[in-house]
Amino acid sequence: MDAIKLIEVKEDILADNDAAARELRLKLKSQNTLLINLMASPGAGKTSLLLQTIGELKNAFRMAVIEADIDSTVDAEKIAATGIESIQLRTGGFCHLDVAMVKKGLEAIDTPSLDIIIIENVGNLVCPAEFDTGAEIDVMILSVPEGDDKPLKYPLMFSKCHALLVNKTDLMPYTDFNMALLHERVRKLNPDIHIFEISCKTGEGIIAWTDWLKQSVEDFVKN
Amino acid sequence: MHELAVTEKILDIVVKHARMNRVNKIRSITLKIGEMSDIENEWIQHYFDYLSKNTVAEGTVLKIEKTPIVLKCNQCQRTIEISKAKLGEVVCPGCSGRKDFSIVSGREYFIKEMEAE
Repeated sequence: MDAIKLIEVKEDILADNDAAARELRLKLKSQNTLLINLMASPGAGKTSLLLQTIGELKNAFRMAVIEADIDSTVDAEKIAATGIESIQLRTGGFCHLDVAMVKKGLEAIDTPSLDIIIIENVGNLVCPAEFDTGAEIDVMILSVPEGDDKPLKYPLMFSKCHALLVNKTDLMPYTDFNMALLHERVRKLNPDIHIFEISCKTGEGIIAWTDWLKQSVEDFVKN
Repeated sequence: MHELAVTEKILDIVVKHARMNRVNKIRSITLKIGEMSDIENEWIQHYFDYLSKNTVAEGTVLKIEKTPIVLKCNQCQRTIEISKAKLGEVVCPGCSGRKDFSIVSGREYFIKEMEAE
C-alpha cells in the first residue's frame, strides 16, 4: 500500500465565482450599466416592486429585468407587459443565482444600450446571500407579515445589502410588527444600509426608493 | 440549502489536485467553513458521496473545521469573536460601540488540505 500523502490544497471554493463577479462588474462599469440584485423571500413583493419601479423610472432610464425562477414564466410575463425587456432564467431547482447564470441572462440582452438591469433573484433569504452575482448594488425586501425578527434569523442577507425595502406597510395595523425594533436590529448588522418603508399596494414610499435609485445611477456613472 | 453547488466545486477542485499530485485515491478532505454560512455538514457529506461515485474521491471523508465569526470594531479597532446567535446584539467590549463593525472572518469557504494515497 502506498503511503498517505498530505496535500495542501488551499483553494477558496467560491473563488471562481468571485473572480467572475469582479470581471463582470468591471465590464458593466465600462458600459455604464448598473446591475442591481434584488433578493427576498417568496411572496415579499419582488415582482410588485419591479412593476412600481419600472413605472417610475422607465421614461428616465433604459431598463431590463432578468427573472430567476425555479420553473415558471409568470413573473417574466408581468414584466414584459410593461414594455421593458425581460429575460426569464429557469434555475431548474437551483436555490440561488451565480455569476455564470447571470451572464447567460445578460447574453440575451443588448447590455451596452441599458442604464439599469435588475436581477430578480430566486425567492430565498439564505442562499442568494452567499453568492456574488456581479451586481453593483444588492437590495432586499422584507415584507411586514414575515416579522421583525428576520434580521436575527438571516444575518448574512441583511449584512450584505446596500438597501432594505420594508414592503406591505399597509398591513402594519393587522400585525404586531415593530418597525423601530426592526430598524435597530438591521442597523446593528449593517449600519450603512438604506431603509425604505414602502407599500407596493398604496404606493407609499416608492418615490423615496426610486429617488435613491436615480441618485445611485448618477453616482455610478460619475465615479 | 446550497450544499449541492458548493459540493460540486469541492469535487472539481480536489480531483484537479489529485491529478496534479498523481494520487489514485483521496482519503479525506479538510474544509474550513465560516460559522456564518448556513451549510449543514451532514448534507455536504451526503451530496459528496453521491457526486464522487466513480472518481478518485469516492468514499472520501469530509472533515469540516468551522472558522469562528470575528468582527472588528471600526471605532476602537478591537476584534471580537461572536456566536451566530449573538450577531444582532453585538456590543464592543472596548468602547461599548454597537453599530460599526466589519467582518474579519466567518464567511470562509475554503479547502485546506487532503489526505491521499
